[in-house]
Amino acid sequence: MTDAATLFGLCAAALVGIGVYALIVNPQPLRKIVAFNVVGNGVFVLFGAIAHRGAGAGWGGDPVPQALLITGLVVAFSATALAVTLLLRLFEEAGSATLAPDAPAPAKPDTSDG
Amino acid sequence: MTEALNVGLALVILALALWTVVARDTFAAVVGFVAYGLLLTLVWVQLRGIDVALTEAALGSGLTGALLIRAAARLRKTESAARAERPGVLTRIVALLAAGCVTAALAVAVLALPDPAPTLAPETADNLAATGVGNPITAVLLAFRAMDTMLEAIVVLFALVGVWSLAPDRAWGGRPGPLQRADPDGILAYLARALPPVGLVVGVYIFWIGADLPGGKFQGATILAAMWLLAVMAGLADAPPVSRTWLRLALVGGPVVFIAVGVAGAAYAGAFLAYPDGLAKPLIKVIEWALLPSLAVTLALILAGVPERTST
Repeated sequence: MTDAATLFGLCAAALVGIGVYALIVNPQPLRKIVAFNVVGNGVFVLFGAIAHRGAGAGWGGDPVPQALLITGLVVAFSATALAVTLLLRLFEEAGSATLAPDAPAPAKPDTSDG
Repeated sequence: MTEALNVGLALVILALALWTVVARDTFAAVVGFVAYGLLLTLVWVQLRGIDVALTEAALGSGLTGALLIRAAARLRKTESAARAERPGVLTRIVALLAAGCVTAALAVAVLALPDPAPTLAPETADNLAATGVGNPITAVLLAFRAMDTMLEAIVVLFALVGVWSLAPDRAWGGRPGPLQRADPDGILAYLARALPPVGLVVGVYIFWIGADLPGGKFQGATILAAMWLLAVMAGLADAPPVSRTWLRLALVGGPVVFIAVGVAGAAYAGAFLAYPDGLAKPLIKVIEWALLPSLAVTLALILAGVPERTST
Protein backbone atom coordinates (compact mmCIF):
# COMPACT_ATOMS: atom_id res chain seq x y z
CA MET A 1 0.00 0.00 0.00
CA THR A 2 1.22 3.46 -0.82
CA ASP A 3 0.38 6.48 1.27
CA ALA A 4 -0.73 9.80 -0.25
CA ALA A 5 2.69 11.41 0.27
CA THR A 6 4.56 8.75 -1.73
CA LEU A 7 1.89 8.59 -4.45
CA PHE A 8 1.79 12.35 -5.04
CA GLY A 9 5.57 12.56 -4.60
CA LEU A 10 5.98 10.17 -7.53
CA CYS A 11 3.29 12.07 -9.44
CA ALA A 12 5.31 15.27 -8.81
CA ALA A 13 8.48 13.62 -10.15
CA ALA A 14 6.59 12.74 -13.34
CA LEU A 15 5.22 16.31 -13.59
CA VAL A 16 8.75 17.74 -13.43
CA GLY A 17 9.80 15.33 -16.20
CA ILE A 18 6.83 16.31 -18.41
CA GLY A 19 7.63 19.98 -17.85
CA VAL A 20 11.33 19.56 -18.67
CA TYR A 21 10.47 17.74 -21.91
CA ALA A 22 7.95 20.41 -22.94
CA LEU A 23 10.37 23.19 -22.04
CA ILE A 24 12.97 21.81 -24.46
CA VAL A 25 10.70 20.62 -27.27
CA ASN A 26 8.02 23.29 -27.63
CA PRO A 27 9.28 26.17 -29.77
CA GLN A 28 6.63 28.71 -28.71
CA PRO A 29 7.59 30.94 -25.77
CA LEU A 30 4.09 30.83 -24.27
CA ARG A 31 4.21 27.01 -24.28
CA LYS A 32 7.61 27.23 -22.60
CA ILE A 33 6.10 29.44 -19.87
CA VAL A 34 3.33 26.86 -19.34
CA ALA A 35 5.97 24.10 -19.27
CA PHE A 36 7.98 26.03 -16.71
CA ASN A 37 4.85 26.28 -14.58
CA VAL A 38 4.38 22.50 -14.84
CA VAL A 39 7.96 22.02 -13.59
CA GLY A 40 7.18 24.47 -10.78
CA ASN A 41 3.97 22.64 -9.87
CA GLY A 42 5.94 19.40 -9.71
CA VAL A 43 8.47 20.92 -7.34
CA PHE A 44 5.69 22.40 -5.19
CA VAL A 45 3.74 19.12 -5.00
CA LEU A 46 6.94 17.28 -4.07
CA PHE A 47 7.57 19.82 -1.32
CA GLY A 48 3.92 19.47 -0.23
CA ALA A 49 4.30 15.68 -0.07
CA ILE A 50 7.36 16.12 2.14
CA ALA A 51 5.36 18.56 4.31
CA HIS A 52 2.60 15.95 4.60
CA ARG A 53 5.12 13.32 5.75
CA GLY A 54 6.16 15.72 8.52
CA ALA A 55 2.65 15.74 9.99
CA GLY A 56 2.63 16.22 13.73
CA ALA A 57 1.17 18.09 16.70
CA GLY A 58 -2.34 17.29 15.47
CA TRP A 59 -1.86 18.91 12.06
CA GLY A 60 -1.99 17.07 8.74
CA GLY A 61 1.29 18.55 7.59
CA ASP A 62 4.35 20.45 8.74
CA PRO A 63 3.17 24.11 8.72
CA VAL A 64 6.63 25.55 7.98
CA PRO A 65 7.04 24.08 4.46
CA GLN A 66 3.33 24.70 3.82
CA ALA A 67 3.77 28.40 4.57
CA LEU A 68 6.86 28.50 2.34
CA LEU A 69 4.73 26.89 -0.40
CA ILE A 70 2.27 29.79 -0.26
CA THR A 71 5.19 32.19 -0.63
CA GLY A 72 6.47 30.08 -3.52
CA LEU A 73 3.13 30.09 -5.33
CA VAL A 74 2.87 33.87 -5.09
CA VAL A 75 6.43 34.36 -6.37
CA ALA A 76 5.80 31.87 -9.21
CA PHE A 77 2.73 33.87 -10.22
CA SER A 78 4.77 37.10 -10.23
CA ALA A 79 7.48 35.56 -12.40
CA THR A 80 4.91 34.10 -14.82
CA ALA A 81 3.12 37.43 -15.12
CA LEU A 82 6.39 39.23 -15.89
CA ALA A 83 7.38 36.59 -18.48
CA VAL A 84 3.99 36.76 -20.20
CA THR A 85 4.10 40.56 -20.30
CA LEU A 86 7.60 40.50 -21.80
CA LEU A 87 6.37 38.07 -24.43
CA LEU A 88 3.35 40.21 -25.34
CA ARG A 89 5.60 43.27 -25.69
CA LEU A 90 8.00 41.28 -27.91
CA PHE A 91 5.04 40.33 -30.09
CA GLU A 92 3.87 43.94 -30.23
CA GLU A 93 7.31 45.28 -31.20
CA ALA A 94 8.49 42.52 -33.53
CA GLY A 95 5.18 41.29 -34.92
CA SER A 96 6.13 37.72 -34.09
CA ALA A 97 6.73 35.78 -30.92
CA THR A 98 9.47 33.39 -31.95
CA LEU A 99 12.72 32.66 -30.16
CA ALA A 100 14.46 31.49 -33.35
CA PRO A 101 17.60 33.58 -34.01
CA ASP A 102 16.74 34.12 -37.70
CA ALA A 103 13.19 35.15 -36.95
CA PRO A 104 12.14 36.98 -40.15
CA ALA A 105 12.42 33.81 -42.20
CA PRO A 106 11.04 34.96 -45.60
CA ALA A 107 14.10 36.99 -46.71
CA LYS A 108 16.70 34.37 -45.83
CA PRO A 109 17.83 31.89 -48.48
CA ASP A 110 20.46 30.41 -46.14
CA THR A 111 18.81 27.51 -44.33
CA SER A 112 20.94 25.38 -42.08
CA ASP A 113 18.70 22.51 -41.14
CA GLY A 114 18.96 20.84 -37.81
CA MET B 1 -11.34 3.80 -1.46
CA THR B 2 -9.48 7.06 -0.83
CA GLU B 3 -6.38 5.41 -2.24
CA ALA B 4 -8.16 4.55 -5.48
CA LEU B 5 -9.40 8.14 -5.73
CA ASN B 6 -5.86 9.42 -5.16
CA VAL B 7 -4.45 7.18 -7.89
CA GLY B 8 -7.20 8.35 -10.25
CA LEU B 9 -6.49 11.99 -9.38
CA ALA B 10 -2.75 11.54 -10.02
CA LEU B 11 -3.45 9.88 -13.39
CA VAL B 12 -5.87 12.61 -14.54
CA ILE B 13 -3.35 15.29 -13.53
CA LEU B 14 -0.55 13.59 -15.44
CA ALA B 15 -2.84 13.20 -18.47
CA LEU B 16 -3.73 16.91 -18.38
CA ALA B 17 -0.06 17.87 -17.98
CA LEU B 18 0.71 15.76 -21.07
CA TRP B 19 -2.15 17.48 -22.85
CA THR B 20 -0.52 20.88 -22.30
CA VAL B 21 2.55 19.44 -24.09
CA VAL B 22 0.96 17.65 -27.04
CA ALA B 23 -2.04 19.88 -27.83
CA ARG B 24 -1.49 21.53 -31.23
CA ASP B 25 -3.43 24.66 -30.36
CA THR B 26 -1.86 26.83 -27.62
CA PHE B 27 -5.28 28.05 -26.50
CA ALA B 28 -6.43 24.45 -25.96
CA ALA B 29 -3.20 23.70 -24.08
CA VAL B 30 -3.73 26.68 -21.78
CA VAL B 31 -7.34 25.73 -21.05
CA GLY B 32 -6.04 22.26 -20.17
CA PHE B 33 -3.53 23.91 -17.84
CA VAL B 34 -6.33 25.73 -15.97
CA ALA B 35 -8.27 22.48 -15.47
CA TYR B 36 -5.03 20.85 -14.31
CA GLY B 37 -4.48 23.68 -11.81
CA LEU B 38 -7.95 23.18 -10.34
CA LEU B 39 -7.28 19.45 -9.91
CA LEU B 40 -3.97 20.27 -8.21
CA THR B 41 -6.12 22.02 -5.61
CA LEU B 42 -7.55 18.59 -4.74
CA VAL B 43 -4.02 17.20 -4.40
CA TRP B 44 -3.29 19.93 -1.85
CA VAL B 45 -6.42 18.93 0.06
CA GLN B 46 -5.27 15.31 0.03
CA LEU B 47 -1.85 16.42 1.30
CA ARG B 48 -3.67 18.31 4.10
CA GLY B 49 -2.49 21.72 2.99
CA ILE B 50 -5.81 23.58 2.92
CA ASP B 51 -4.11 26.99 2.95
CA VAL B 52 -1.99 25.94 -0.02
CA ALA B 53 -5.10 24.59 -1.77
CA LEU B 54 -6.81 27.98 -1.44
CA THR B 55 -3.74 29.74 -2.82
CA GLU B 56 -3.45 27.26 -5.70
CA ALA B 57 -7.12 27.69 -6.62
CA ALA B 58 -7.02 31.49 -6.46
CA LEU B 59 -3.53 32.30 -7.77
CA GLY B 60 -1.98 29.20 -9.32
CA SER B 61 -4.99 28.24 -11.37
CA GLY B 62 -7.23 31.32 -11.32
CA LEU B 63 -5.10 34.40 -11.93
CA THR B 64 -2.32 32.52 -13.79
CA GLY B 65 -4.99 30.91 -15.96
CA ALA B 66 -6.60 34.26 -16.81
CA LEU B 67 -3.15 35.65 -17.67
CA LEU B 68 -2.23 32.72 -19.93
CA ILE B 69 -5.61 32.55 -21.66
CA ARG B 70 -5.47 36.24 -22.53
CA ALA B 71 -1.90 35.88 -23.80
CA ALA B 72 -2.84 32.83 -25.89
CA ALA B 73 -5.74 34.74 -27.44
CA ARG B 74 -3.48 37.70 -28.29
CA LEU B 75 -0.75 35.48 -29.75
CA ARG B 76 -3.12 33.46 -31.91
CA LYS B 77 -1.67 34.94 -35.11
CA THR B 78 1.75 33.47 -34.36
CA GLU B 79 0.43 29.89 -34.17
CA SER B 80 0.94 28.88 -37.80
CA ALA B 81 4.47 30.34 -37.95
CA ALA B 82 5.44 28.52 -34.76
CA ARG B 83 4.26 25.17 -36.11
CA ALA B 84 6.86 25.45 -38.87
CA GLU B 85 9.76 25.46 -36.39
CA ARG B 86 9.33 21.95 -35.05
CA PRO B 87 12.35 20.50 -33.28
CA GLY B 88 14.28 17.66 -34.90
CA VAL B 89 14.20 14.02 -33.82
CA LEU B 90 17.55 14.37 -32.09
CA THR B 91 16.27 17.25 -29.93
CA ARG B 92 13.24 15.18 -28.98
CA ILE B 93 15.36 12.18 -28.00
CA VAL B 94 17.71 14.33 -25.91
CA ALA B 95 14.71 16.05 -24.27
CA LEU B 96 13.15 12.68 -23.51
CA LEU B 97 16.40 11.45 -21.96
CA ALA B 98 16.79 14.62 -19.88
CA ALA B 99 13.18 14.42 -18.68
CA GLY B 100 13.54 10.71 -17.90
CA CYS B 101 16.73 11.27 -15.89
CA VAL B 102 15.18 14.12 -13.86
CA THR B 103 12.03 12.10 -13.13
CA ALA B 104 14.01 8.98 -12.20
CA ALA B 105 16.30 10.94 -9.86
CA LEU B 106 13.33 12.59 -8.15
CA ALA B 107 11.42 9.30 -7.88
CA VAL B 108 14.44 7.63 -6.24
CA ALA B 109 14.65 10.58 -3.82
CA VAL B 110 10.93 10.28 -3.00
CA LEU B 111 11.25 6.56 -2.27
CA ALA B 112 14.38 7.11 -0.18
CA LEU B 113 12.97 9.86 2.05
CA PRO B 114 14.00 9.39 5.68
CA ASP B 115 11.62 7.76 8.11
CA PRO B 116 10.52 9.24 10.51
CA ALA B 117 10.29 12.42 8.47
CA PRO B 118 11.99 15.53 9.88
CA THR B 119 9.36 18.00 11.04
CA LEU B 120 9.07 21.41 12.64
CA ALA B 121 5.42 20.83 13.60
CA PRO B 122 6.11 20.24 17.35
CA GLU B 123 8.29 23.38 17.56
CA THR B 124 5.58 25.38 15.80
CA ALA B 125 2.95 24.00 18.19
CA ASP B 126 5.11 24.85 21.23
CA ASN B 127 5.57 28.47 20.17
CA LEU B 128 2.14 29.04 18.61
CA ALA B 129 0.70 30.49 21.83
CA ALA B 130 3.30 33.27 21.85
CA THR B 131 1.96 34.63 18.56
CA GLY B 132 -1.70 34.68 19.64
CA VAL B 133 -2.93 33.35 16.29
CA GLY B 134 -4.57 29.92 15.90
CA ASN B 135 -3.62 29.07 12.31
CA PRO B 136 -0.06 27.68 12.34
CA ILE B 137 0.46 28.74 8.69
CA THR B 138 -0.33 32.36 9.56
CA ALA B 139 1.99 32.12 12.56
CA VAL B 140 4.82 30.89 10.31
CA LEU B 141 4.08 33.48 7.61
CA LEU B 142 3.86 36.48 9.92
CA ALA B 143 5.92 35.60 12.97
CA PHE B 144 8.45 32.77 12.59
CA ARG B 145 9.29 33.46 8.94
CA ALA B 146 7.99 37.02 8.63
CA MET B 147 11.09 38.04 6.65
CA ASP B 148 10.07 35.68 3.80
CA THR B 149 6.59 37.16 3.69
CA MET B 150 7.91 40.71 3.68
CA LEU B 151 10.27 39.98 0.80
CA GLU B 152 7.45 38.18 -1.01
CA ALA B 153 5.20 41.24 -0.78
CA ILE B 154 8.08 43.26 -2.22
CA VAL B 155 8.66 40.70 -5.01
CA VAL B 156 5.01 41.08 -6.07
CA LEU B 157 5.47 44.85 -6.12
CA PHE B 158 8.68 44.49 -8.17
CA ALA B 159 6.83 42.29 -10.65
CA LEU B 160 4.36 45.13 -11.16
CA VAL B 161 7.23 47.62 -11.58
CA GLY B 162 8.68 45.23 -14.17
CA VAL B 163 5.36 45.03 -16.02
CA TRP B 164 4.95 48.81 -16.02
CA SER B 165 8.52 49.41 -17.16
CA LEU B 166 7.66 47.62 -20.41
CA ALA B 167 5.22 50.38 -21.32
CA PRO B 168 5.88 52.19 -24.61
CA ASP B 169 7.02 55.78 -24.00
CA ARG B 170 3.88 57.38 -25.42
CA ALA B 171 1.65 55.46 -22.99
CA TRP B 172 3.73 55.94 -19.83
CA GLY B 173 1.50 56.92 -16.95
CA GLY B 174 -1.59 55.93 -18.89
CA ARG B 175 -4.27 53.33 -18.32
CA PRO B 176 -3.22 49.67 -18.52
CA GLY B 177 -4.61 47.28 -21.13
CA PRO B 178 -6.94 47.90 -24.04
CA LEU B 179 -10.33 49.52 -23.42
CA GLN B 180 -12.78 46.72 -22.69
CA ARG B 181 -16.18 46.76 -24.28
CA ALA B 182 -18.79 44.10 -23.64
CA ASP B 183 -22.47 43.78 -24.46
CA PRO B 184 -24.13 45.74 -21.61
CA ASP B 185 -27.00 43.22 -21.58
CA GLY B 186 -24.75 40.18 -22.02
CA ILE B 187 -23.99 37.46 -19.53
CA LEU B 188 -20.52 38.90 -18.75
CA ALA B 189 -21.98 42.26 -17.73
CA TYR B 190 -24.66 40.47 -15.72
CA LEU B 191 -22.10 38.34 -13.85
CA ALA B 192 -19.88 41.39 -13.33
CA ARG B 193 -22.81 42.97 -11.49
CA ALA B 194 -24.06 39.88 -9.65
CA LEU B 195 -20.78 38.28 -8.51
CA PRO B 196 -18.72 41.10 -6.93
CA PRO B 197 -20.96 41.57 -3.85
CA VAL B 198 -20.65 37.85 -3.09
CA GLY B 199 -16.97 37.79 -4.06
CA LEU B 200 -16.13 40.75 -1.84
CA VAL B 201 -17.75 39.08 1.16
CA VAL B 202 -15.99 35.77 0.43
CA GLY B 203 -12.63 37.52 -0.08
CA VAL B 204 -12.85 39.51 3.13
CA TYR B 205 -14.13 36.44 5.02
CA ILE B 206 -11.18 34.30 3.85
CA PHE B 207 -8.87 37.11 4.95
CA TRP B 208 -10.67 37.55 8.28
CA ILE B 209 -10.61 33.88 9.35
CA GLY B 210 -6.98 33.53 8.26
CA ALA B 211 -5.73 34.17 11.79
CA ASP B 212 -7.32 31.03 13.18
CA LEU B 213 -8.47 28.86 10.24
CA PRO B 214 -7.19 28.19 6.70
CA GLY B 215 -7.24 31.44 4.73
CA GLY B 216 -5.32 34.67 4.76
CA LYS B 217 -4.37 37.84 3.00
CA PHE B 218 -2.94 36.33 -0.20
CA GLN B 219 -6.02 34.25 -0.92
CA GLY B 220 -8.41 37.04 0.10
CA ALA B 221 -6.53 39.66 -1.91
CA THR B 222 -6.59 37.42 -5.00
CA ILE B 223 -10.38 37.07 -4.80
CA LEU B 224 -10.80 40.82 -4.36
CA ALA B 225 -8.51 41.44 -7.35
CA ALA B 226 -10.48 38.93 -9.45
CA MET B 227 -13.77 40.72 -8.66
CA TRP B 228 -12.35 44.05 -9.80
CA LEU B 229 -10.91 42.47 -12.96
CA LEU B 230 -14.33 40.98 -13.73
CA ALA B 231 -15.88 44.45 -13.63
CA VAL B 232 -13.06 45.79 -15.85
CA MET B 233 -13.46 42.97 -18.40
CA ALA B 234 -17.18 43.63 -18.61
CA GLY B 235 -16.48 47.30 -19.32
CA LEU B 236 -18.28 48.41 -16.13
CA ALA B 237 -15.12 49.89 -14.61
CA ASP B 238 -11.85 51.10 -16.05
CA ALA B 239 -8.32 50.63 -14.80
CA PRO B 240 -6.94 53.86 -13.32
CA PRO B 241 -3.96 55.60 -14.99
CA VAL B 242 -0.81 54.23 -13.39
CA SER B 243 0.51 57.72 -12.62
CA ARG B 244 -2.19 58.42 -9.98
CA THR B 245 -0.65 59.28 -6.60
CA TRP B 246 -3.35 57.47 -4.57
CA LEU B 247 -2.65 54.36 -6.62
CA ARG B 248 1.07 54.50 -5.92
CA LEU B 249 0.36 55.01 -2.20
CA ALA B 250 -2.02 52.03 -2.17
CA LEU B 251 0.67 49.87 -3.80
CA VAL B 252 3.48 50.66 -1.38
CA GLY B 253 1.30 51.03 1.75
CA GLY B 254 1.40 47.35 2.78
CA PRO B 255 5.14 46.78 2.34
CA VAL B 256 5.92 50.13 4.04
CA VAL B 257 3.85 49.23 7.11
CA PHE B 258 5.50 45.78 7.18
CA ILE B 259 8.99 47.32 7.07
CA ALA B 260 8.01 49.95 9.68
CA VAL B 261 6.84 47.22 12.08
CA GLY B 262 10.10 45.39 11.40
CA VAL B 263 12.20 48.46 12.19
CA ALA B 264 10.14 49.12 15.33
CA GLY B 265 10.88 45.53 16.35
CA ALA B 266 14.60 46.24 15.97
CA ALA B 267 14.23 49.25 18.26
CA TYR B 268 11.91 47.85 20.94
CA ALA B 269 12.19 44.03 20.83
CA GLY B 270 15.83 43.51 20.00
CA ALA B 271 15.62 42.20 16.43
CA PHE B 272 14.27 43.20 13.03
CA LEU B 273 10.66 41.95 12.75
CA ALA B 274 10.63 40.77 16.38
CA TYR B 275 7.41 41.50 18.24
CA PRO B 276 7.40 42.70 21.88
CA ASP B 277 5.77 40.28 24.33
CA GLY B 278 1.99 40.41 24.24
CA LEU B 279 1.91 42.65 21.18
CA ALA B 280 2.44 39.90 18.59
CA LYS B 281 -1.19 39.45 17.61
CA PRO B 282 -2.08 43.17 17.29
CA LEU B 283 1.05 43.77 15.20
CA ILE B 284 0.28 40.76 12.98
CA LYS B 285 -3.22 42.20 12.50
CA VAL B 286 -1.79 45.61 11.57
CA ILE B 287 0.50 44.03 8.95
CA GLU B 288 -2.30 41.88 7.53
CA TRP B 289 -4.76 44.79 7.30
CA ALA B 290 -2.11 46.91 5.59
CA LEU B 291 -1.09 44.15 3.17
CA LEU B 292 -4.59 43.12 2.05
CA PRO B 293 -5.45 46.24 0.00
CA SER B 294 -1.90 46.61 -1.31
CA LEU B 295 -1.77 43.00 -2.49
CA ALA B 296 -5.24 43.19 -4.04
CA VAL B 297 -4.35 46.34 -6.02
CA THR B 298 -0.91 44.99 -7.00
CA LEU B 299 -2.24 41.62 -8.21
CA ALA B 300 -5.09 43.27 -10.12
CA LEU B 301 -2.72 45.70 -11.85
CA ILE B 302 -0.23 42.95 -12.73
CA LEU B 303 -3.12 41.22 -14.51
CA ALA B 304 -4.30 44.47 -16.12
CA GLY B 305 -0.89 44.65 -17.79
CA VAL B 306 1.26 47.27 -19.48
CA PRO B 307 -0.04 50.86 -19.72
CA GLU B 308 -1.31 51.16 -23.31
CA ARG B 309 -3.61 54.16 -23.39
CA THR B 310 -2.47 57.72 -22.76
CA SER B 311 -4.33 59.19 -19.82
CA THR B 312 -6.78 61.94 -20.58
